[in-house]
Amino acid sequence: MLKTRIIPCLDVADGRVVKGVNFVDLRDAGDPVDAARAYDAAGADELCFLDIHATHENRGTMFDLVRRTAESCYIPLTVGGGVRSHHDVRALLLAGADKVSFNSAAVADRTVVTEAAQRFGAQCIVVAIDAKTVEPGRWEIFTHGGRKPTGIDAVEFARDMEARGAGEILLTSMDRDGTRQGFNLPLTRAISDAVDIPVIASGGVGTLDHLVEGVTEGGASAVLAASIFHFGTHSIAEAKAHMQAAGIPMRMA
Amino acid sequence: MSLTALIDYESGNLHSAQKAFERMAREGDAGEVIVTSRPEDVARADRIVLPGDGAFPHCRGALSAQPGLHEALVEAVEVKGRPFLGICVGMQLLAEVGHEYERTEGLGWIPGEIVRIDPADAALKVPHMGWNDLVIDRPHPVLEGISTGDHAYFVHSWQFRPSEADTLLAHVDYGGAVTAVVGRGNVVGAQFHPEKSQAAGLRLIANFLNWTP
Repeated sequence: MLKTRIIPCLDVADGRVVKGVNFVDLRDAGDPVDAARAYDAAGADELCFLDIHATHENRGTMFDLVRRTAESCYIPLTVGGGVRSHHDVRALLLAGADKVSFNSAAVADRTVVTEAAQRFGAQCIVVAIDAKTVEPGRWEIFTHGGRKPTGIDAVEFARDMEARGAGEILLTSMDRDGTRQGFNLPLTRAISDAVDIPVIASGGVGTLDHLVEGVTEGGASAVLAASIFHFGTHSIAEAKAHMQAAGIPMRMA
Repeated sequence: MSLTALIDYESGNLHSAQKAFERMAREGDAGEVIVTSRPEDVARADRIVLPGDGAFPHCRGALSAQPGLHEALVEAVEVKGRPFLGICVGMQLLAEVGHEYERTEGLGWIPGEIVRIDPADAALKVPHMGWNDLVIDRPHPVLEGISTGDHAYFVHSWQFRPSEADTLLAHVDYGGAVTAVVGRGNVVGAQFHPEKSQAAGLRLIANFLNWTP
């Protein structure tokens, strides 16, 4: 039986983790490779690196980081931030990424997803959707870190991304991100129901029950969180035990 | 010294695979690992790995686009009987035919075809993505030390449907059986990513590096 995944997300800028990671035995809390290795050992099911500045100048740093992470982690790594074309996808895959995530580039030109999926297969193309509630039951895509409205309906966009070959949706609720109030469950449910591909719920996790709700109420195939794990509020093992106790199939260590 | 060649045919996560093979070769004293697309390297390799991440027709086309590569693989596998491991799409390419996007002929080393995953339970998503527990169907040297219940990481929308039952070595359950490992003679294939499957995956790699069919 397929297990529900827990994915810690590391925000990276200029090759360093931006939000600190609070593992006891971490040599350097700012080094994404050390953090990735610790999460690998802790039983994380996948990892996500988000290059939050993603300028052209720091691409080399990101490739180097992905390369070093792939050398020491034997779980899948998704990399996102500043991915513009299939050339970027190829370069990141070569460096050691297993999946590559498009965000604003897919909004600006949807055909980049079609082209990347045809070249590399749907399985490694993730589309990150940042959505905000505009009225009850209606969500719109925002870009530029949630500042720029696009007028695009999130459900329609998710369906189109699936049709274009995306293999997975990383759905972040911009209303909830950073609030610790839990996932936006109606949004998560609406997107999960609209597409046949896996949806990763993201944005707002504050408690272990939030992780459970993302799956049981939101219908997500995986849950992504940052601070509750980084700051040591909960370990991956605690999260998995909690989710399993709630009846969700988990890969236990 | 033993030489293992990982074929670079412009498919996906080559670096991850390379690092995992290098580590296990180092730990098991199993010689050198190189990444190559040169037919002459394939010709001198003792073992060959076809990693994979990508769409079937694109990967098949890329394999044929390297002059002499396909011929060198055929020579190594069919004539010299070198141990060969295909991973993910590299495993699917072992089949006779694939249907992703269009009908494409595979290498034909393990009889069967590549069909879309169609879980009986409509709530199950495709791609089949994540950790699933293996069911070992037949013992095989590359599966030594790997047991039913061990987890492996999968990410794929298509699966190998072997036409000879005894080539199925392991499967997982995803709204029905999904092929996980196939093998026939000196050729084996893993649908999951051993380089991304922690202990069980590294074990399979170590086993392959020591396998003498």
